Amino acid sequence: MESKCDTHEKFKQLQKFIDSMEDRRGALIAVLHKAQQLYGYLSNDVIFFIAEKLEIPSAKVFGVISFYSYFTTEPRGKYVINVCLGTACFVRGADAIMREFEKILNIKAGETTEDKKFTLSGLRCIGACGLAPVVMVNDKVYGRVELNQVKTILKEYQEDE
Amino acid sequence: MYVEPNTNERLEGQKSIPFYKKQVRRALRNCGFINPEDINEYIAADGYQALAKCLTEMSPDEVIDTVVQSGLRGRGGGGYPTGLKWKYTRQSQSDEKYIICNADEGDPGAFMDRSILEGDPHSVLEAMAIAGYAIGAQYGYIYIRAEYPLAISRLEIAIKQARKLGLLGENIFSTGFNFNIGLRYGAGAFVCGEETALIHSVEGKRGEPSSKPPFPAQRGVWDKPSCVNNVETFANIPPIFLKGPDWFKKIGTEKSPGTKVFALAGKVNNVGLVEVPMGITLREVIFEIGGGIKNNKKFKAVQTGGPSGGCITKDNLDIPIDYESLSSIGSMMGSGGMIVMDEDNCMVDIAKFYLEFTKDESCGKCTPCRIGNTRMLEILEKITKGNGTEQDLKDLAQLGDVIKDTSLCGLGQTSPNPVLSTLHYFEDEYLAHVKDKRCPAGVCQSLFSFHILPEKCVGCTACARICPAHCIEGELKKVHVIDQERCIKCSACYNTCKFNAIEKG
Repeated sequence: MESKCDTHEKFKQLQKFIDSMEDRRGALIAVLHKAQQLYGYLSNDVIFFIAEKLEIPSAKVFGVISFYSYFTTEPRGKYVINVCLGTACFVRGADAIMREFEKILNIKAGETTEDKKFTLSGLRCIGACGLAPVVMVNDKVYGRVELNQVKTILKEYQEDE
Repeated sequence: MYVEPNTNERLEGQKSIPFYKKQVRRALRNCGFINPEDINEYIAADGYQALAKCLTEMSPDEVIDTVVQSGLRGRGGGGYPTGLKWKYTRQSQSDEKYIICNADEGDPGAFMDRSILEGDPHSVLEAMAIAGYAIGAQYGYIYIRAEYPLAISRLEIAIKQARKLGLLGENIFSTGFNFNIGLRYGAGAFVCGEETALIHSVEGKRGEPSSKPPFPAQRGVWDKPSCVNNVETFANIPPIFLKGPDWFKKIGTEKSPGTKVFALAGKVNNVGLVEVPMGITLREVIFEIGGGIKNNKKFKAVQTGGPSGGCITKDNLDIPIDYESLSSIGSMMGSGGMIVMDEDNCMVDIAKFYLEFTKDESCGKCTPCRIGNTRMLEILEKITKGNGTEQDLKDLAQLGDVIKDTSLCGLGQTSPNPVLSTLHYFEDEYLAHVKDKRCPAGVCQSLFSFHILPEKCVGCTACARICPAHCIEGELKKVHVIDQERCIKCSACYNTCKFNAIEKG
C-alpha cells in the first residue's frame, strides 16, 4: 500500500499539472490521463479532487471516465498484459493467445490476479499489424507471438523481484 | 544484394523489388528519409515552402481553389472533397474558427496515420497552418489516440521546434498571420473518429456523436465553425502547392486522383504500408506488391474499410481501387486497412469478430446501433454454435438494413456491412453453418471434431503426449483414437501430427 505521504505528493503533482495548463477549457481528458499515470487508476478521492479543481460536477467526471475504455476506477496489476484483438492479429490467431494467457493465469480478460501482479486485457489495434499477433506487457511490445511463447513471456515477469 | 524469394533473382535498387515497383510515395514521401525530430531536415526537403508560398503569394480563396482543383478527397474513409470542406468553413461567419486534425486512427488493421505522424510530423503541421490560413482559423487541434505514445512525443517535439523558428505562433513569415496548434488525447473510444463525436471529445466531454446538420463547418468546437481533416489528407497538401494541382491529378482516377496508403496485413507474404496510385487493382496490391498468400494457401477474401467495410472476393479482384467502385461492391475505402484472408478463415467468424467490435464500441446514444448490433451479434453467436436456422439469415439481412438506415452516425450506418457483405458473397458458408451444422474452414469450435485416420496413423504417440485433456488413447506403433466426449478441440494434436493422420471436419 502507498503511504499517506506518497498520495499527498501525487496530489501536489496533479495540482501542479492542472495549474500549468494554458487552456483549461476542455482539459478534463488530459487531466484524467495525468492522474491515471500518477496513481495507476482513478479512485473516488482523485475524481473529487479533479472535479473541484476544474469546477466540473463530479457526476460529469464519472460520465467521462465510464465512456472511455482507457480509464479505470479499479486498481490494476503491476504488469498489464494487453493482447491486441485488432483484425490483423485476429486473423493470425490472437484469440488463441488470449485463451492461453487466461488458462495459465487462471483469470478472465479484464481481471487481475489475486497477487495483483498481472492484469489481463484485450486491446483494439496498436497499429503494429505487420507484427501480428501482438502482445503488450506494460510498454513492451512482443510481435509474432506464438502459443508456446506465452509461458516464456510470463516467466520474464514472474521471476523478477 | 536483395534476393527475391519467389524467383531467387538478385535485384539491384529498390525500384526493381516487386514490393516497391508499383508504389508511389507521396503522403509517405519523407517517412524514413528524414529525421522526424529535426525540423531542419524537413525544411531541407522543401518543408514549409508551401506554407510560405500560400501566405506570401496567394489569397485564402486562391488556396482553396487550388485544393478544389486538385480533386483531393478525404483519406479518412468518406472521400468528401477536401477543398469543398475548406470552402464551406471559410463561408461561415464567425470571430473564431478551428482546424482539427483527426488522428484518432481507430480502425483495427490501419496504421498509416501513425506512420506519418511518427515519420513526418511537420508535413501535418504545415498543412494545418495552410488550412488555417484558408478558412480563417488561428488555432488547430490534433486529436490523437493515447495508444500512440511515440507519435505524441514526435508531435510535441515538432510543435516546439516549429514555434521556435516562428513557423507556428504569431506573425508567421511576417505576414500578420497567427496560427497555433494544441494536442488533444483520445482515451480508447472508436466512435471518436466520427467528426461530431471527436469534437465533443476535444471539448473534454463524452465522445457521443450528434446529428448533422449543423455540420462542423457551421458549428463545431466550442460552437464555432470547424474543419476536420484526416492525417493522410493533410500529408497530401504541401506537394499540391509546390507542384501544382495538375501534377497531383496526373495519377489516380478521374474521380479519385492521387494515391492512397493501405496497411496490408493478414495472410499475405509482404505486410506493411503500401502507397499506390488510385485505380490500381486489388490483385496487383495483394499478389504483386504483397507477394501472394502465405504458405501457398488459397486466397479467400480481402477486407477493406475496417469494421465499416466489407469483404471482397476473388471475382472482384480486378476492379480498380477508388471510392466509388469499392462502395459499389458493398465495401468501402475506409482509412485503408486491407486484411487478406485465406481458406483457413471462417467468414461467419470474421463477421462475428467485427460485430463484437462495433457492439463494444457503440456509444449507446441511438437505439438502432445499441440494440440492433447486440441482436445481430446474438444471432451470429447462435449460428457459430450450431443452433442457427435459415430464418436467422433472413433476420440478419433485414436487421442489418434497418440499422444502416436508422442509425445516428457513421458507426451505426456502416456497422452491418461486414455481415451483409459476407452474407452476400459467402452465403454457402452461412448455409453450411445453419443447414449442415458444419464450419467449412474448421474455425467454429462447436461445428467440427478431430478424427485419427487409421490408415495414416503410425502410432508414434506424439498426439497422445501433447493432448492437454489426455483424451487420446493407443499403444506405441498402434492406431490411436480420440475420445470425442473429452476432446476440448484445442487443435494441439492436429498441429503436432507429422503424418497428416488427424482429420478436422
